[in-house]
Order: sequence, then C-alpha cells, then structure tokens
Amino acid sequence: MSTHAAAQAHAGHDQHGSGHDHHAHSSWWRTYVFSTDHKTIGIQYTITALCFLAFGFGLMLIMRWQLAYPSDPIPLIGGLLGKSLVESGVLTGQGYNALGAMHGTIMVFMAIVPLAVGGFGNYVVPLMVGAQDMAFPRLNMASYWVFLPGGLIMLASFFMPGGPAASGWTSYPPLSNIATMGQTAWLIGMIFLITSSLLGSVNFIVTIVQLRAPGLSMFRLPFFVWAQFVTAFLLLLAFPPLEAAGVLQLMDRVAGTSFFMPQGLVVSQKLHEAVGGGSPLLWQHLFWFLAHPEVYVLILPALGIVSEVIAANTRKPLWGYKSLVYAALFLGFMSFIVWAHHMFMTGMGTTLSTFFQITTMIISIPSVIVLTALIISYHGASIRYSVPMLFATAFLPMFAIGGLTGLPLGLTASDIHLHDTYYVIGHFHYVVAPGTIFAMFAGIYHWFPKVTGRMMNRTLGLIHFWFSFIFINGVFMPMFFMGMAGALRRQYDPEAQLHAETVQGLSRMVSYSAWCLAAVQIPFVINFFRSIWSGQPASQNPWQATTLEWAAPSPPPHGNFAQVPTVHCGPYEYSVPGERRDFCPQFEAREA
Amino acid sequence: MSASIEIPCDITPHPVTGMYNGKFGVWLFLASEVMLFGALFSSYILLRVGAPEAGPLAWPDYRTNHLNVPLATVNTMVLILSSVTVVFAWYYLQLHKFAAARACLLATIGLALVFMVIKYFEYSHKFHDGLYPSTHNFYAVYFTLTGLHGLHVLGGIIVFAYLVGPGAAMWKYNPAKFTNRIECAGLYWHFVDLVWIFLFPSIYLL
Repeated sequence: MSTHAAAQAHAGHDQHGSGHDHHAHSSWWRTYVFSTDHKTIGIQYTITALCFLAFGFGLMLIMRWQLAYPSDPIPLIGGLLGKSLVESGVLTGQGYNALGAMHGTIMVFMAIVPLAVGGFGNYVVPLMVGAQDMAFPRLNMASYWVFLPGGLIMLASFFMPGGPAASGWTSYPPLSNIATMGQTAWLIGMIFLITSSLLGSVNFIVTIVQLRAPGLSMFRLPFFVWAQFVTAFLLLLAFPPLEAAGVLQLMDRVAGTSFFMPQGLVVSQKLHEAVGGGSPLLWQHLFWFLAHPEVYVLILPALGIVSEVIAANTRKPLWGYKSLVYAALFLGFMSFIVWAHHMFMTGMGTTLSTFFQITTMIISIPSVIVLTALIISYHGASIRYSVPMLFATAFLPMFAIGGLTGLPLGLTASDIHLHDTYYVIGHFHYVVAPGTIFAMFAGIYHWFPKVTGRMMNRTLGLIHFWFSFIFINGVFMPMFFMGMAGALRRQYDPEAQLHAETVQGLSRMVSYSAWCLAAVQIPFVINFFRSIWSGQPASQNPWQATTLEWAAPSPPPHGNFAQVPTVHCGPYEYSVPGERRDFCPQFEAREA
Repeated sequence: MSASIEIPCDITPHPVTGMYNGKFGVWLFLASEVMLFGALFSSYILLRVGAPEAGPLAWPDYRTNHLNVPLATVNTMVLILSSVTVVFAWYYLQLHKFAAARACLLATIGLALVFMVIKYFEYSHKFHDGLYPSTHNFYAVYFTLTGLHGLHVLGGIIVFAYLVGPGAAMWKYNPAKFTNRIECAGLYWHFVDLVWIFLFPSIYLL
C-alpha cells in the first residue's frame, strides 16, 4: 500500500473507530474477549477446544464403566447424572446412546477440529507466512463467536427433556428423525459449527495465498502451512453438503417433510404419520461426503505439526518436502471420492462398492508417502529427544497402525466381517487419538514457548508422555482383538451376545486403561498452568528452528513482527554444510 | 503498540492472483455455496428419480404441480434486473458518481423486496390450497430450496441496506474500499440470481 493510501486508511480508522490499530488503546473486552488478533483468537480456540476434549473424554469414561461392569451402579458420580442418562445409579440404554453420540460429536467437531485448525492454524499460520494478522481479522473473530454458541447449544441439549442427541455422531435417519428434542439441538448446533468453519477456511486460504511475506514463495512454505491450506479447502467444500443434509433433516423433524423417511415406517407399533417417499441412504451419502474429508481435516494438521517438530529436532531438512506437498494435495483431492466405503454394508450395490474400494486403496498411497518421508527424515540424524519430539515420534507408528488397519475395512470382502465391530473403533481411534491428539500435544509443547514466552517443564512432560503412551495403547490395542472376535460396537450390554463374553476381560482392561489415561493427564494440566506463570523463560527461538514464527518475539506482540520479515530460503535449511550454525532461518540472509 | 497493522492486498489486487482479499474471499465463499446448493439439487434429483411411477408418492410434473409459472417468470425477470442494477452501481462508483450509484443500489433493494413479496403471495397461495412441505416430497423440495434461496435474498437485502445506509460513510474516507465492497456484494448477488435461474426451470418447468 502506498503511503498516501495508508494515511487515508489511517484517517478513516480514526473516524470509523473500528480499525486494527484501535486495538492498542482499546478496552479489556476488545483485547481479551472480542479480539481481532489472530493470536488471541487462536488461544481462545485452543482453551475452548481443550475443555471440550476433556468433557468428551469424560463422557467416554462413564460409558467405559457400563462396558466393564454392565448394569452395576456408576460409583461416585452415578447419583449426580440426570434422569435422562441414569436410573437408580445405572446408566440406561438411552443414556449410553446419548453419551456415545455426544462423545463422537464433541470430539470431532468441537475438540479436534477447533484445536487443530482454529487453535494451531490461527496462531501459527499467520506467523509462519510472515503476516501481521489474518486477511480478515473481524471475520476471524466472528468465526470463534459462532463456534462457541454452537458448542454451547450442544452442551445445553444435555438438559433437554429426553436428553441430548442419541442417534450416534452420524445421526442416521430414520432413527434420528424420530428421536427426542436433543436431536434438533444437535442439528442447530451443527449449523453453527459449520458456519464457523466456513468463515475460518475462507480466511486461511486468502491469508496463505495473499499475505505471504516477500520472498516466501509457495514452495518455501513450511509443510504445516500446506497442510492447513489443504485442510481449509476440505472444510470449505465438504462441510456445505452436511449443512444441506442438516437443513433437510431439520425440515423432516420440524416441518414434517419426508426427505429421509421411507413410506410405512412403524414406530412403537404405530404407523408414522410422515407421507414417506424419502431415502434414508441419501442422508448417509450427504453425511459421509463431509465426514470422509473430515477424517483428513483431523489428520492433515497433525501431519503438519509433526513435520515441523521432526524437522526442528532431527536438525535435518525434511526428506522429500515436495513429495509431502504433492501427497497432501492429492490426499485432499482423493478424500472427496472415497466416502461410500463407510457404506459397504448398506446394500448400495456392488458396482458402487467396487468403485469406492478402488479409490480407497488409491488414497492410502499418499498417506504412505507422507509417513515414509517422515520416517526417512530420521535416517542419519542426531536427534534431540525433546518432549514434543517424543510425541511426534510416537505419532508415526501409531498413525501407521491406524492407517494399516484401515485397509481391511476398505476392502469389501473383509469389511463384511469387521463392519460395526470394535475393530472399527480401534482403527479410527488409532488415527485420531494416539495419532492426532499426540500430534496436538507435540504442537502444544513445541509452540508453548512462543505463545507464553516460557518453557514447559521437561520432567512433567516426560511423565505425561510415557504414561499416556502406555495407557493409550492399552485402550485401543485390545479393541482389534475384540472386534475380530465379533464384539459389536454401539452395544449397551457387552454381554448380550455369548461370543463377546470371551473378550469381556479385554473390555475391562480397556476401561482401566482409559481411567488411568485420564489420571496421567493431570501432570500435563499442572505443567500447562504452572509453566504459564513460572516456567523457565524462553528465548525468541528456543528450539533453534528455521521457520518464520521464530522471528517474532515470544510472545509476539499485536502485529507480530517489529518489521515484516524477508524470506531468503526454504523452510528446512538445517545442517547446511559450511555454515556456522546447524540451522539457517528463513528470515536471515546468509553471507555469500 | 505504535505501528498500525497493514493487511497487504486489502484494497489493491495481489500481483499474482489479480484479486484483492475481499474478492478472493467472496469467490471462495461462493465455491462453498455451490457445494451447498449442489448437495440440495443432487438430493432433489435423487428423490425425484427414485420416486414411484404411480400412486400417491409419484412425482408431479409441470402440468400437475400447482406451481405458478407466470409469477415465477416475473420473479426471474425481477432478479435479473436487480443484478443489472448492481453492476451499474459498481460502474458509477468507479466513475465517482455516488448519487447515481446510490440510486442503483436502492433500485436493487427495491427489486429484491418485490421478489420477496411475490414469493410471499406464492407461498400463502400454496398454504391456502393445503399444500405444505409435509404434503409430498415435491413440496418439501419446493419449500426448502426456494426458502433457502429466499433467505439468501434476505441476506442480500440486509447487506445492501447496510451499504446504502450506515456503511456508505466509507465512501467519504476510503472510496476505493467502498467500491470493492459493492463489487463483492454484487458477486454474491449474481450468485443468488444464478441459483434462482437453476431453481426456476428445475422445479417449476420440469
């Protein structure tokens, strides 16, 4: 912008009172609550998402009691839960379904995505591209303030008559169409969450394309930014069909339409009044058209975080940076044409199943490319096993287990046996829990010094890592065996079928591991809060990393950089031969 | 904090993409809108193709669907005309003729309101005849799709009312940005128009 235009804009701000520089002398509300600063919004998203993560995990801990000791009263908190969930201390079937549905919804839409995209994306992407803020700071603020009501509506549904949504996080009709009022709250909440992610994704794409610092070409972007870029496109294009589906289901429930209602449905021995003619399968197609790209929304930012952590701690350039980028782009594209592998068992026809089986096998290729490139990056490195690096390193094999166990589910023949068993739960939780959530922890430990200006405690971090690593495998590994033995998921009474009783011991082990996993998060919480105030002060670049966020002070002020940095080289110039130090930051010119 | 934040490409186009941020953002937003209406149109097609040939669930066609084609034709003309007036508003702003631009924007709002009023008569006529969304999936599609489109028209009215009203103050201190805003709002408005141009034949005339 020319000086003249800048002066003009400045004058305008003074008149209008809504300019960005207004921030400096603005109230507490505008600085900490309704802030337009991407860093404040990133922190708001992170804190909110971590709370939802803990809450969603808590729901599961209650369910695990029922699965370990069917029909025994829940100890300690059994009396505190409402009538919609618990009867004389025992979790009811309806309550079990409600907790399961809300666990999935909260974890996917209110915890992981807001944490990975809203939190890490908001905080780190503008810093990494050398921008002073996002392209649309006020839109960014709006995206958080649309997200929060969406989340609160979901939480409020716990207090509705009949309890919250109980038709699974997938909300399949016709069950969801005839469910209690909580389902309507679920749909309205989802529309808020979708709107929020739409606002966010537009902002991310424009910021990454238009606001890069001088010298920062697309192929000099850190892989994390590429991952967020592809993620933003997935959110932008995959969420609207679910919004459409949500609108249609809302019409079914509120206006009595029959988009998803078949003719002649009998509910509680009575013919349902809807005229029918709708298609329950239509919902599944619309839902999975979102929800498969959604899987990559959960994974790509995690891969991005892990890449940054690995590059900084192996002190080597990432192996195959361009392959990683092309793999991420291909992954994003392919994720739109694999959705019906979730629907092999619906009777949609073998021709369609074959098509989706083939695309599913193809999409495993870019995932393997990414993982292989990251593993090869370790070769010959002198590795610094910092706490974030431990989490990133643990991510790789566990994400691989999650990915590889997905292959038998993507093949129609083996899916017949494994569909809707605990094997499926084990598979996708290995991708999302020990996968993505471990990457999120890696990111928190890695960028904590940037955000707060202080380091997190290493000892507490090690305790947190090792015990989490042990117990999280204790939770999910047995599920593969349970699933192969035929134990069904979404089953209120695990002993309802004789063949599942043989693995009931494993189910109990899963429960104990889950409760222990919850207990070992306490060191993390202590570490997190104690380090904010009394952690060891961190320098501007404590990990001696190369990307642009380390050019800003810790914590970065409003506007991020004292001077917009100029970029001189690619993102991972570590251990360049002949250089004085083992890292050459993007923001420093090298002597010729 | 002494230095103010300057977002690059806030007003001037980016040298590579040729777009300022707002325009790029609106195009992305419209891409997502295409996916929204695309999913709804696909649902409509699937339900219609899957409907039985005869019986109460058979799909009505243009001879039996009780929709008012003349009114919808008028509405199509009204919307297309309102798209033209938006383009003229943008054109006059580039010539720094604010009064003319303002008149064009007011005309756009007026035409949008005409569209909504005609829609109101269409809807109330249907209700009067006992045709509700729950009557048949054809009417479910009709009310849902035209209703969602109507909400988009309403959104456009609010945006233009802001730009003619309190938002017009920006013209005095930042005319370039104000012109950009009209262009962005216009892009959105053309999209709303386009959705109707797809809705009209596929629901009324098939």
